[in-house]
Amino acid sequence: MIFIGQLVEVLLGGLLAGVLYSLVAFGFVLIYKASRVFNFAQGAMVLLAGLALVRASNFLSSSGAPLWLATLLGLMFAGAIMVACAWLIERLVLRQLINQDGLTLFMATIGVTFIMEGASQLVFGSDVYPLRFYPTDSWFLFEGAFPGGVLVNKLDVWGGLIAGLLVALLAVFFSRTKAGRALRAVADDHAAAQSIGIPIGWIWFVVWSAAGLIALVAATVWGTKLGVQYSITFLALKALPVLIIGGFTSIPGAIIGGLIVGAGEKLAEVFLGPQIGGGIEYWFAYVVALFVLLVRPQGLFGERHIARI
Amino acid sequence: MLYRETGQFKSSYAEDIAIFPLYQDRVAIKLLLLATFLLIPFLAKFQIWPLSTDYLLRAILIPFLVLSLAAIGVNVLVGYCGQVSLGSGAFMAIGAYCAYKFGTGIHLPAFWSEAGISIPPISPLLAILLGGAMSAVAGILFGIPSLRIKGLYLAVATLAAQFFFDWVFLRVKWFTNYTPSGSVNAPTLSLFGYELSTSVDRYCLCLASVTLGAFCVKNLVRGNIGRQWMAIRDMDIAAELMGIRPYYAKLSAFAVSSFVIGISGALWGFAHLGSWEPLAFSIDRSLQLLFMVIIGGMGSIAGSFLGAGFILILPILLETVPSQFGLPVSTEVIAHLQSITFGGLICLLLIKEPRGFARLIALFRQKIRLWPFPH
Repeated sequence: MIFIGQLVEVLLGGLLAGVLYSLVAFGFVLIYKASRVFNFAQGAMVLLAGLALVRASNFLSSSGAPLWLATLLGLMFAGAIMVACAWLIERLVLRQLINQDGLTLFMATIGVTFIMEGASQLVFGSDVYPLRFYPTDSWFLFEGAFPGGVLVNKLDVWGGLIAGLLVALLAVFFSRTKAGRALRAVADDHAAAQSIGIPIGWIWFVVWSAAGLIALVAATVWGTKLGVQYSITFLALKALPVLIIGGFTSIPGAIIGGLIVGAGEKLAEVFLGPQIGGGIEYWFAYVVALFVLLVRPQGLFGERHIARI
Repeated sequence: MLYRETGQFKSSYAEDIAIFPLYQDRVAIKLLLLATFLLIPFLAKFQIWPLSTDYLLRAILIPFLVLSLAAIGVNVLVGYCGQVSLGSGAFMAIGAYCAYKFGTGIHLPAFWSEAGISIPPISPLLAILLGGAMSAVAGILFGIPSLRIKGLYLAVATLAAQFFFDWVFLRVKWFTNYTPSGSVNAPTLSLFGYELSTSVDRYCLCLASVTLGAFCVKNLVRGNIGRQWMAIRDMDIAAELMGIRPYYAKLSAFAVSSFVIGISGALWGFAHLGSWEPLAFSIDRSLQLLFMVIIGGMGSIAGSFLGAGFILILPILLETVPSQFGLPVSTEVIAHLQSITFGGLICLLLIKEPRGFARLIALFRQKIRLWPFPH
């Protein structure tokens, strides 16, 4: 019974942690869907959003504002920064690189990553800033069924709820709104979309802003979990296998990929790790992704690539 | 009027397939080789400016040469064969650690005998070559997914190699000979009994390797196999229809590329670092190498050198600039400013010339061919 209890606990914790990876992966998917740009800067965007939020709300609450007002204003400030960033990136980088191939654009986003990491830490400081946005205590579930119960972190549950909400919102946005439909057209074919009068620059601005706001949401969750600090940028690397498994172009895929990665990683670490030396969380997700790709080269839910000459 | 092909007739097959068909180019490359092989060691030997101290050799020239070699290796895969790889750092690590193991002696436990298999330490030069060979084997293994996966999906798949080998060299103590800290000391470099102890000796070793590497790769990419790589890069399905085997072409590109990268990794450990930590070959190194190739120019050997120089020298310059002006800023601020400047320059360069320095060279050559006339 203890074993099953442990198994359920690890599995549940892994699944919830996986959803948190999906939160970061959404930003990637959104940008890739709309502009075929593989945005390496997503991790840096989470850092920037988190730093802006935590510094602004700390400043306000230390100058006497009540906590809810400080947090609200902090969120608005960080959101404004992310939108401004999206505008700058579109203006200064993407617009200049229209029609270049994917690799060049990918490299340009790495350049953007360097600028963002440097600038955000230069302006907002480079310490570890704790963020209290969600409750971080734990629940004990199924105490009757298993001795000691199953430990579930409230923060992870919050993260799951937010991810679910985001998926619903994005689904409505993509299928019901005018901007969403324009965005799908751009994703299909840049030139054709432009020729029927869709302003591609505006669409890109909208998408990068949306990705920035998603980064802000991810920053509230991860900032509460780890504290806002530089190492939060490595989340981008954690989110990549999630993307690969789910497929670059699918938002539900990002959730499913997150669940697979999260659960697999935790199970492997707990049950396989001790035998082969520990720390396998570091690469396990990537190897899983590699095997998924060998079976389905476009990921589980990605669009099938049809090549023609 | 100095640089043009007019009047240079090719009267034999050998002249027709020369790497440098122009007389002027041949003179230039000979001067360059003379300067690098004779002048620099001479200046360093007699400690004449600018080589009066070790600094230039140790901190700039040796890393530049080794990273150029690595960039040439990455260029084979990314520039010539079109398979984007983010795992180059891992292949450098494999080269370095395998060379280290071969250089210090290998002991494998075996189930059929108490003693196990033991290989005595072998000479460092051979160890470096074997390190490259092991890296080639790993490259072929991790290249197999490329037969099914393309583009950015492949790039992320190669990250699997990066993270897996990072972990292996950090956690599997066998590779580091069970040193408690996990850092290893390379065995003394010696060549046919002659010990390469000074920076000049190491510089010469690196220079010879890079020259040989560049020469071999240049000839490979001009030949049958190189044309197969380029056909795969330009359009894989069309290449396949023309009778090029993607299986053979892609895996051979992975093998050659990781061999060269592995050699450079072994040199990085043996000739440049001397002793290194497990994370000396992290994902940052992979990204750095990819930058060198893209900024230098995909599918260009000369571009690899220029890209390596730019990416290596830029941070060093950025480090010295604030202190030259005597600005009182903290190291942390300098690090952030550096990162901003570096990112900004990368973006600017990609926007101004997405095809890299190699394209600039081609344009320059075109200009001086017509000089002094504009058209």
